[in-house]
Amino acid sequence: MEMRDEAARSQALKSIPGPLIGIVILIAIAYLLDATANPYTQFVLTMILANAVLATSLNLVNGFTGQFSLGHAGFMAVGAYTSAWLATRPELAFLPDYLKFLSLPIAAGLLAAIAGYIVGLPSLRLKGDYLAIVTLGFGEIIRVILLNSEAVGGARGLYGIPAAAAIPSLGMSEFISQFSISSIWLVITFVTLWRIVHSAKGRAFLSVREDEIAAEAMGINITQTKVRAFVISAFFAGVGGALFAHTVKYLNPATFTFTKSVDIIIMIVLGGMGSFTGSVIAAAIITVLPEMVLRELQQLTGVDLRMVIYSLMLILFMILKPTGILGTLEATDILRKLRERFKPAAAQESK
Amino acid sequence: MSEILLKATNMTMQFGGLRAVDGFNLTLKSGELVGLIGPNGAGKTTCFNCLTSVYKPTEGQVEIRGIDTKSMKPWQISKLGMTRTFQNIRLFKDLSVLDNVAIAGLQHTRHSLFDSVLRSPRHYIEESRLRERAFELLSIFNLQGKADHEAGSLPYGEQRRLEIVRALATEPRLILLDEPAAGMNNKETEDLMNTIAKIRKDFRLTVLLIEHDMKLVMGICERILVLDHGVLIAEGSPAEIKSNPKVITAYLGSEETV
Amino acid sequence: MDQGHSQEFIQHLINGISLGSIYALIALGYTMVYGILQLINFAHSEVYMVGAFAAFYVGKALGLADHPGVLALLVLIFSAVVVCSLLGITIERLAYRPLRKAPKLNILITAIGVSLLLQYSGQIIFGADPKLFPEVIKDSPLFSIGTVEVRSLDLTILIVSTLVMAGLHFLVHYTKIGTAMRAVSSNANVANLMGINVDRIITYTFVIGSSLAGVASVLVGLKYPKIDPLMGMLFGIKAFVAAVLGGIGSLPGAMLGGVILGLCEEMVVGYLSSTYRDALAFGILILILLLRPAGLLGTVTREKV
Repeated sequence: MEMRDEAARSQALKSIPGPLIGIVILIAIAYLLDATANPYTQFVLTMILANAVLATSLNLVNGFTGQFSLGHAGFMAVGAYTSAWLATRPELAFLPDYLKFLSLPIAAGLLAAIAGYIVGLPSLRLKGDYLAIVTLGFGEIIRVILLNSEAVGGARGLYGIPAAAAIPSLGMSEFISQFSISSIWLVITFVTLWRIVHSAKGRAFLSVREDEIAAEAMGINITQTKVRAFVISAFFAGVGGALFAHTVKYLNPATFTFTKSVDIIIMIVLGGMGSFTGSVIAAAIITVLPEMVLRELQQLTGVDLRMVIYSLMLILFMILKPTGILGTLEATDILRKLRERFKPAAAQESK
Repeated sequence: MSEILLKATNMTMQFGGLRAVDGFNLTLKSGELVGLIGPNGAGKTTCFNCLTSVYKPTEGQVEIRGIDTKSMKPWQISKLGMTRTFQNIRLFKDLSVLDNVAIAGLQHTRHSLFDSVLRSPRHYIEESRLRERAFELLSIFNLQGKADHEAGSLPYGEQRRLEIVRALATEPRLILLDEPAAGMNNKETEDLMNTIAKIRKDFRLTVLLIEHDMKLVMGICERILVLDHGVLIAEGSPAEIKSNPKVITAYLGSEETV
Repeated sequence: MDQGHSQEFIQHLINGISLGSIYALIALGYTMVYGILQLINFAHSEVYMVGAFAAFYVGKALGLADHPGVLALLVLIFSAVVVCSLLGITIERLAYRPLRKAPKLNILITAIGVSLLLQYSGQIIFGADPKLFPEVIKDSPLFSIGTVEVRSLDLTILIVSTLVMAGLHFLVHYTKIGTAMRAVSSNANVANLMGINVDRIITYTFVIGSSLAGVASVLVGLKYPKIDPLMGMLFGIKAFVAAVLGGIGSLPGAMLGGVILGLCEEMVVGYLSSTYRDALAFGILILILLLRPAGLLGTVTREKV
């Protein structure tokens, strides 16, 4: 027993540095980009981080728990508006900037999580298409409420959202601040979700996806599991919304329509439902693609092809490769397989 | 006197105009091995579904260890110490064999999802315990070598065995087996029956078994219930059942071989 | 004063029924496809949008706005119906048929993809700015009861949709195709064993559902003359809500659900605030799914197609 406790403690300690190293690397990249990239590229790259948070969080519900939510834009909106509104409150002015902007996503996430709880409740009774259309409905209701809330600008939208600021004395420009804070939150999101599904405890989510009846017979409270999935997913959607708000600095209810939800769905379909690394990769592709490639095409043809190409991609992927790029594999699985494939070859050569 | 584990009184399940189970009575005492037989469509699986709260019986009562299960969900039934397998194998196909078993053992762990997110020492202690326990159970059924395989990729017979392992991982006192030998050849069936007898002894299990193959049930069950068109038509020892004219008619009437 | 109130109410009632019968027409398309494929055909709302544009271009080419009347109306409806049917068949062939055996979720995602594809290619082909639908039925008060006006447009909508629904009822209940459709809807496998060509019946279902959407598109064009490529989305989802409200798979349910939704919306706009109009449908949807998931007519008198 002693031995086991000791081993567990050392394992627990070993799990700490990984995420921290990830954050440090990303912040280092921020400094590098600050010196080299133009503001436009910087903006696009910061958006990748926010989109990756949104995609991975949606994947928990749609990919891992097997429910189908079409209302992610709604949770994102709740988070975005919460964070934007709080950022301008004089009552919070006493907080140092870095603390304020690091913690705003928590408030955003909590409010979105409450919304997620409310949406999660009907999911207890509904499946498949019905659940999809109800979550779509909830998303739209959230949007209509925002549209009618004068406190956050109503249909005019919310202007003058402050950009993130961290620690200017460390040479942190607006971009470095925003990129670093977004990176920290992407790492928190990714590590949390990854650890959930890579633990027996979190495999309960997958068991609901696999077979609800069997899961229930094995003692899994599927109601609680589904609601948890919705709440966790909505929390991080709110976080993603907050990152989005301080990156674009202007919010309008029209941003958070059904089309925004579909944007995120395209990311997880492309990356593979059930693959977090796939979601991150696809978030990067889907964010960069319209800016780098489609912009040129658009200037040539004079029409907005973005959604046409996205929707075609959605259809073609479903017909030709429904598992997306990675399917349910993670990038790490693929690396391991590659290593296994080359190892025997290397061993033979040495003979 | 041994404890009454499961008691069904006048349990009835009506689907529209069809009474799939009609006034079913059953008392299972600790340590018994009872068979539930009957021709196709007699309502055997519906019985299991009612007993495990997958369906809410339209009439009657089910008690597990004296507790009325009326308002309970299937997962609560599992926590009362009763579990089941499925006739049409319901494994978590895309998950590993080990995960299938570990998930069933989750209800006996003491860590929270939060522990797992933080990767706290408790997470490592509980998860390693869960793994060890899963490996122990797998090795009883000679599946430990396949722990990393996808459950859906196992051959049919192994999937059936894995279903039993998974059910055992919930640490039940009472297990309901729904046609555990379906689709197996004679040799496999015999092995399976030996294993069932063994785990029954080792885990001090009470077993309720649905079987199609009468010969097999006769071999291991001490008491047999016969269901036809949702109604219990006979109950007794294998010898009594064998000579019961009602049973013979039920089986011959539906062109089943006895 | 009291009389004024009740007259205002009757006016809302007439408007609501006229709007509701359009919802009903579109809801029928959703409910028929759902009955057979268990798929929310998200693209249905875009079929209806394309129908409106087909009628618009035909009307423009023939100069029908200058020759209003029943004949002009029929020409518009005919052209919308033809184009919608062809589009419906094409979608089914190219997008849904290859996925007949795929998980339902994949088909749903495809349906969403088709819907978006049509919306945004519509923006490219038709242009994003609204077009003015030809006014082939001059909207004038026909007669009044007290101060309540019965307008020609509302009456047209009511007559056309009633005729179309009566036709559908006849088709489903008294023809071979209708019988086959009902068979496929109740059990596709058995129907297949009985020698029914399921694929062909699915095609027919899409033709009929899309035709109804075509009729609806012209009626909407008359009632709300500004048409644009994104017009289908919200209207379509509301019509789907109507189908769920009435009980998905049930034809009378779709009609009833459509009329109820139309009335509710009209009353909300009339007595509360128009800004919450669009949230209302979703509110109803969530309530009905929580309280009575089978819909109003979904269980006992279930008449699936």
